[in-house]
Amino acid sequence: MNAINFPANQPPDRISASIVPKMTARNIDVFYGAKQAIRNVSIDFSREHVTAFIGPSGCGKSTILRCFNRMNDTIEGARVTGEIRLDGVDITSPALDVVQLRARVGMVFQKPNPFPKSIYENIAYGPRIHGLAASRADLDGVVESALRRAGLWDEVKDRLKDSGTTLSGGQQQRLCIARAIAVDPEVILMDEPCSALDPVATAKIEELIDDLRGRYAIVIVTHNMQQAARVSQRTAFFHNGAMVEYGETSMIFTNPVQARTKDYITGRYG
Amino acid sequence: MLALAVILLLGGLAFLIGRWRGAALAPAGGRIGAVHSRPVYHGAYVALLALAPALLVLAAWGLFGGAVIDERVLSALPTDARPLTPLDSGAFMNEVHGLANGDFAAAFNPDTARAVPIYQQMRREGDLATLLLAVALLLAGGLWAISQLKPAFRARNRVEAAVWLALLLASIVAILTTFGILLSLVFESLRFFELVPLSDFLFGLKWSPQTALRADQVGASGAFGALPLFWGTIFIGAIIAMLVAIPLGLMAAIYLTQYARPRVRRVLKPVLELLAGIPTVVYGFFAALTVAPAVRQLGVALGYADASAESALAAGLVMGVMIIPFVSSMADDALMAVPDAVRDGSYAMGATRSETVRMVLVPAALPGIVGGVLLAISRAIGETMIVVMAAGMAARLTLNPFDSVTTVTTQIVALLTGDQEFDSAKTLSAFALGLVLFVITFLLNIYALRVVKTYREAYE
Repeated sequence: MNAINFPANQPPDRISASIVPKMTARNIDVFYGAKQAIRNVSIDFSREHVTAFIGPSGCGKSTILRCFNRMNDTIEGARVTGEIRLDGVDITSPALDVVQLRARVGMVFQKPNPFPKSIYENIAYGPRIHGLAASRADLDGVVESALRRAGLWDEVKDRLKDSGTTLSGGQQQRLCIARAIAVDPEVILMDEPCSALDPVATAKIEELIDDLRGRYAIVIVTHNMQQAARVSQRTAFFHNGAMVEYGETSMIFTNPVQARTKDYITGRYG
Repeated sequence: MLALAVILLLGGLAFLIGRWRGAALAPAGGRIGAVHSRPVYHGAYVALLALAPALLVLAAWGLFGGAVIDERVLSALPTDARPLTPLDSGAFMNEVHGLANGDFAAAFNPDTARAVPIYQQMRREGDLATLLLAVALLLAGGLWAISQLKPAFRARNRVEAAVWLALLLASIVAILTTFGILLSLVFESLRFFELVPLSDFLFGLKWSPQTALRADQVGASGAFGALPLFWGTIFIGAIIAMLVAIPLGLMAAIYLTQYARPRVRRVLKPVLELLAGIPTVVYGFFAALTVAPAVRQLGVALGYADASAESALAAGLVMGVMIIPFVSSMADDALMAVPDAVRDGSYAMGATRSETVRMVLVPAALPGIVGGVLLAISRAIGETMIVVMAAGMAARLTLNPFDSVTTVTTQIVALLTGDQEFDSAKTLSAFALGLVLFVITFLLNIYALRVVKTYREAYE
């Protein structure tokens, strides 16, 4: 039995402890130059559940998300301390190869960011750079299955040569999700994936997230509490760079322990 | 000079009076809108109406007064003292000017000494009359303007309109000048094409612009086939120079935008752009004195004994270096215009920096880069000093970079230096060459700017 160490302020009965965590983070601090963006955050998440990070703007929920695939490396002056493990292996050490890490931990961004290439080439990008397809037929198969899993195949199968940027916003975002799952990652990080989409496109993405649960460990940052309630089973509430509360989504939204969580959930601020 | 100072002083006074009168229109502390314009606009309006006509008169006298005086001095002289031809008149009056200003101690032509007092008197009278006229106009304009000042008078709008007009004229000057240049090119070229058929010029293979001055002169037939010139221009400017400038410029831009730390970029980018500030004549003698001999030696070492001391390769290499900052700064802009989100998307897929550059950023920025390269080509083919000094004069169709070739610009320089008569095909051919160059670079620029523009719109 792998007991999970939850933050001290969390009663253990809030989380079923029988699940093996996919990623574990301990005592994470993030600094941008001299400014501290994240204070001492410890959190685990697993493949079985979709985990939602909620909190007001500027609370650090996107910053902590970017620690899990070391995207903070690309920001000049960003510094991350603490320990993050993927399947028990530390990923924060400078010796770790971010290329392999990012093949295992995919990411979907706030604004759909398809490459200015064809739909096919967008999906084929990851398999190509990681050498996952031995032949053209292989690659065709990978592209098709990624698009199918992202629920986009039927819409684009006749226009794979069109530019990815010609799709609608919602299709572009599903293209980005398909691009991420084309390399068959273990974790998918989603940074407010629906904030630039209309309600219909949002519903499709949420459906897709639900389909993908269990196959990938999914973490979704959202400022939309209804969305967190709809798609996640675990929710972490962040405020001012600290994690205030983490537990089962149903509990966080119906019976939060912390007063600040309750205030946020009920719309007192944020 | 004194006249200008007087007029400007009076203009300043007009401003002060206008402002004072404007201020007097409203009692202090009156509500906004009681007087339409603030006193400073009344002052500016009065100064404008006072100064504009007066300055125009002074400018007209400054531009044309000298010619009018010279004309009248000559006609005032007794017939026997007058110079015979217009050319002599010029020299004659130059001497008169020199004597009158005290630059010459004594007259070379005794007749000029007779003209000096006439000239001096006319000059004095002319200057005085102009000044009086200017002051009269200034007073008239100023007084009329002052008489218009009322609380409801829209002085501000009139001053703003005058500013608008002045700025419009300033911007039109450049455009009109370009038109003038184009027209002179077209007309002189038409004269050339009366002598030499257009098809011979554009498609002829032999360029030998010497025409016979005398009927019995030897070896001066005159051939105006410009194709070797066009080829030389393209060979140096669009091929050799671009083989240097495109890879180096693009790689410099990739380094500066994707690899360099901000501090390094802050230093390196301006330094690279400094290269664009080196006068092309400096590149020219660097090409002629340093690069060309080395290229010749290389050619000889490679077994080409006839390697020329002036070569397409030497000129092209140096021109390529000159164009690097141009290409790199356009490519820099194009790469920076690719949204960070696209780059992050590639990194998040586990792509390395070079994979991201190669597979995402450069393809995404390609239209902008191509536009920049086209602009660079149009600059390279119009460039003159380097090719004049390092490419040679031999008009030939060759693929050998160690041969000397010649370009359109080099030939224009050669055709228009020295004594020229403007009725020979030799001189006029320079205008035809200039016209072709103008049309080509003009079209290239239009096309390149359109490519760059549509590309920018794609990311906005």
